[in-house]
Amino acid sequence: MINIATLSESSPVSVDDLTPVIHVKELDFFYGSFQGLKQINLDIYERKVTAFIGPSGCGKSTLLRTFNRMYDLYPGQRAKGEIVFNGRNILDKDVDVNVLRAKVGMVFQKPTPFPMSIYENIAFGVRLYENLSKGEMDERVEWALNKAALWGEVKDKLGKSGLSLSGGQQQRLCIARAVAVKPDVVLLDEPTSALDPISTVKIEELIGELKEEYTIAIVTHNMQQAARCSDFTAYMYLGELVEFGETDKIFLNPTKKETQDYITGRFG
Amino acid sequence: MPNEHSSRQYEQDLEAIRSRVLQMGGLVEKQFFDALACFRLLDAREAERIIAADLEVNQMEVALDDACSHLIVKRQPAANDLRTVMATIKVITDLERVGDEATKIARAAAQLQHRGLVPIAHEETIRVMAEHAGKLLHESLDAFARLDHKLATKLIIADEKVDSEFRLVMRNVITFMMEDPRTISAALDTLWVAKAIERIGDHAKNIAEYVVYIVEGKDIRHTDYAVQQGAG
Repeated sequence: MINIATLSESSPVSVDDLTPVIHVKELDFFYGSFQGLKQINLDIYERKVTAFIGPSGCGKSTLLRTFNRMYDLYPGQRAKGEIVFNGRNILDKDVDVNVLRAKVGMVFQKPTPFPMSIYENIAFGVRLYENLSKGEMDERVEWALNKAALWGEVKDKLGKSGLSLSGGQQQRLCIARAVAVKPDVVLLDEPTSALDPISTVKIEELIGELKEEYTIAIVTHNMQQAARCSDFTAYMYLGELVEFGETDKIFLNPTKKETQDYITGRFG
Repeated sequence: MPNEHSSRQYEQDLEAIRSRVLQMGGLVEKQFFDALACFRLLDAREAERIIAADLEVNQMEVALDDACSHLIVKRQPAANDLRTVMATIKVITDLERVGDEATKIARAAAQLQHRGLVPIAHEETIRVMAEHAGKLLHESLDAFARLDHKLATKLIIADEKVDSEFRLVMRNVITFMMEDPRTISAALDTLWVAKAIERIGDHAKNIAEYVVYIVEGKDIRHTDYAVQQGAG
């Protein structure tokens, strides 16, 4: 017979052993006068996949966009509180957002390749931050496309337009583009919602491989996707973080009833 | 009570599975009691009927497993729903085994009658433990129906009683055999019945453990959880 105490202590991941890469503290976010996020406190752990789930309008994309200050592009949107990344609060006015966005890359719901060649799609971003020789750039492009599991499919047509690729390939091209500048964190905002099941599987496998080197935060409406490919899951509702914890725990035995109602489809 | 699913069909499917499990539970409970009555009266024809009725239990097991597979493939249940489906699949297996044990009892009754003379107090020997196992089975189904994990925890401890009663029966039966070797075949049949009853107690305990899993999300099989709860 096993002692129940020893059984419950053998938790697979201990949060204490993990390093937070992004530390969110008392974060509020406003769209004009509307408050989109309310007092969010959260850690994104190094080389782990953190998934954000919740109904439309709950603030999960909003939260993701604060991690690289994507909201700066829109007037009237502002954030209050702290998001500590690499030892400083990235909400501070004097933070160079271009450097920040190189370190915290982002991939969107719909594939957004630039209207240029596959090669240039990757090289374009790299040139903004680094001065590489032609040979080095070739290497970097190959490396990034390999990381995104796309090299084999495009190596013979690097000069072709990025738009000539299929939807799933375009999305992997966007992931390659984000990875090419060697970020610390990759943000994925519903990366597979516009893709077919096979492309979705490829992206999910890619996420599993990318987390060996990168920290990943993903917003998804597909609950099974969150269960499959994340280590931690955050459930958000009406701009608040309802529950955050290990993905296995959230999907097998969540602490809060609201979380359970949402993931079992009892919502609303 | 939890909220209803956004999908009414999902809610209905889950509810249908639950009520069919309870229906199956009612059926195996009846099989068990009928088998005990049959053992008391040594009624071979009734024994045949009970053995034939086990077919219905087996069919229910197959149909319910199928319903659970369909639910999983269609809904991908999570959290408490997932635990309910997982536990249900296991409860079904235990109930089917209880049905098998009931047929074993019926078969022993038929054999005893066939031998004619019963030189030992076969029914008295097992009566107390049969009562306890029957109550255990009934209450475990009750705990499953009402998702009563407190009752379930008590039942897990209560199974110890049936186990120790089995040891008493065994000693009792051995005494018969030592005193008079002519009782050996009847004594062995009685012992098989006692063993079947003891197993039914174990299956009831398993069901109680699944109730704790559904409600608390803890897998307490092969642990001292119930004892700790009882002590604490």
